Amino acid sequence: MEYLVQQLINGIQLGTVYALIALGYTMVYGIIRLINFAHADIFMIGVYTALFTATAYRIPFPLVILISMAVCAVLGVTIEKLAYKPLRHKPKLSALITALGVSLFLENFCALPFVFGPDPRSFPELIPIKAYTWERYNLTVTNIFLINLLVVAVLLLGLFYMVHYTMIGKKMRAVSYDKITTSQMGINVDRIISFTFLVGTALAGASGVLYGLTYASAQSPYMGIWPGWKAFIAAVIGGIGNIPGAVVGSYLMGISEVYATSVSSDLGFGIAFAILILVLIVRPTGLLGKKTYEKV
Amino acid sequence: MRRFNIKRHITFLCLLLAYVIVIAIYRVGLLSSYLAQMLMLVGINIIMTVSLGMINGFTGQFSIGHGGFMAVGAYTSAFFTTIIFQLMGGEPPGKTVWGYALFFTAILIGGGFAAITGFLIGLPTLRLKGDYLAIVTMAFGEVIRTIIRVSEPLGGPRGVSGIPAMTNITIVFLSTVGSVWLMRNFLASTYGRASRAIRDNEIAAEIMGVNTTRQKTLVFTIAALFAGYSGGLYAHILQFLHPDDFTFMKSLDYLIYLYIGGANSISGAITGAVIFTIIPELFRGFQMWRMVLYSILLVAVMIFRPNGIIGEREFWFIQQRKAGTQA
Repeated sequence: MEYLVQQLINGIQLGTVYALIALGYTMVYGIIRLINFAHADIFMIGVYTALFTATAYRIPFPLVILISMAVCAVLGVTIEKLAYKPLRHKPKLSALITALGVSLFLENFCALPFVFGPDPRSFPELIPIKAYTWERYNLTVTNIFLINLLVVAVLLLGLFYMVHYTMIGKKMRAVSYDKITTSQMGINVDRIISFTFLVGTALAGASGVLYGLTYASAQSPYMGIWPGWKAFIAAVIGGIGNIPGAVVGSYLMGISEVYATSVSSDLGFGIAFAILILVLIVRPTGLLGKKTYEKV
Repeated sequence: MRRFNIKRHITFLCLLLAYVIVIAIYRVGLLSSYLAQMLMLVGINIIMTVSLGMINGFTGQFSIGHGGFMAVGAYTSAFFTTIIFQLMGGEPPGKTVWGYALFFTAILIGGGFAAITGFLIGLPTLRLKGDYLAIVTMAFGEVIRTIIRVSEPLGGPRGVSGIPAMTNITIVFLSTVGSVWLMRNFLASTYGRASRAIRDNEIAAEIMGVNTTRQKTLVFTIAALFAGYSGGLYAHILQFLHPDDFTFMKSLDYLIYLYIGGANSISGAITGAVIFTIIPELFRGFQMWRMVLYSILLVAVMIFRPNGIIGEREFWFIQQRKAGTQA
């Protein structure tokens, strides 16, 4: 029993990392219907940015998060302008292949020896770890876990406020609903799309810092691939394009993955995918996705 | 009796000539085994890409788990040639007519298994649309890989080794030409037209009397058959299989070949497969910069030619003769 609850805590921790990545996927998908494969690698850049800034200058943790978010946001917007914008009115799939190309570029460029190098690096201890043990139930919670939850809560509330109660959020929702009509209302659609990329990639940067803080290592420039994919799948489970759905899906994914891996490390991954398949076959637009009707 | 018309047979003659030249170079010994292996991989990649193009380009469904079917075919055929034949005769089949017959049966069984898998996966999932379908096909690809990883008779996480090197240039050549020919004829038939109708407008196709579910499942199954078949060939080139050879990245490779060449044409698929199998090898001299250059090239091609290198056109030798005209 204690073991199961402890695993639940680990699962929530993993889900937190996924949630912040999944938000970026889901926001970009919601607005331009593009699976941004490069998002996972922006997460990787976030981990490395935090690693380098924290190693070079001993700066406090909140500042590390802000720097990481800023670097990722600038990178995300640059990629959008250079690679995706020229293809906006071209077939959807060429944009997808471009996204794949950008992803490969980021991974392999960062693996060059004078950039990040292909070898694993250890993440500096940003915050001294304290463990709080609840003796009666034999449960351990670290302060890292609590900080993770706090950061995610702040970012999610901020995102929710922005999307639902500010002008720019209203514009984002409008663009995602109908681009042509929105542009006729005098809204600069390109700028809103760039802004969506900015917010999504900044969240990936924050996720990178939390990942580094929790798992204390940056394996290689290819490290983004699997967390990125699982986060994306989480976004699909929740109903892609739907912000609460991405969060729900991520926690579901994180928790089920931790439980499945504790049974068998080989099986873990397959079970996560099997859940995905089941969810999609029963609810083809995801858990919280809206049902769409096709008009002839 | 009709006069022998060279124009009608020119494709066949060109192919024959190309084959004779390659074999001649190979026999003389100018073709290193590395180059020979690369040529065989080009052939296999052509089969894979064209079969993926049947789903993604011609039927407009978005499958990104094609590597999974390749894995099914590769493992099934390798299982037959190594384990079953060993049980039967104590030795893996040698390079005799009997051995090749067994080998051919094994890769056909591999293709058949892949087709069955494709049918079982396609039936429930093809009612999903667009990106959801993509994710589910990818997930199935990974599930297949996980099943291989945990099943001991298939070598589990250690992989299968000691697969006889039965594939040679002739077999790959005949398989590639034959597969492309079959797929082209399929796509030019009533079924192919039904596929394109589904791609262009699914509802309209249904109103016109196309059984869309059946048609989509059929295409998916046939594509899986060819993927499994080429997987069988692939296994008998490498002589070693590991579940991690067939990750999602493998499927992405074929997706890249297809869309770089042009998804809506067989010629595009062939071009993409040929060019992008060879280019990474040419870049080998750049060592670590290889993949960087590859990815830059990928993005550049997509930005300057968003419909792929070939676009929607077909090479003249793949075009069907127009109905009613006599060639």
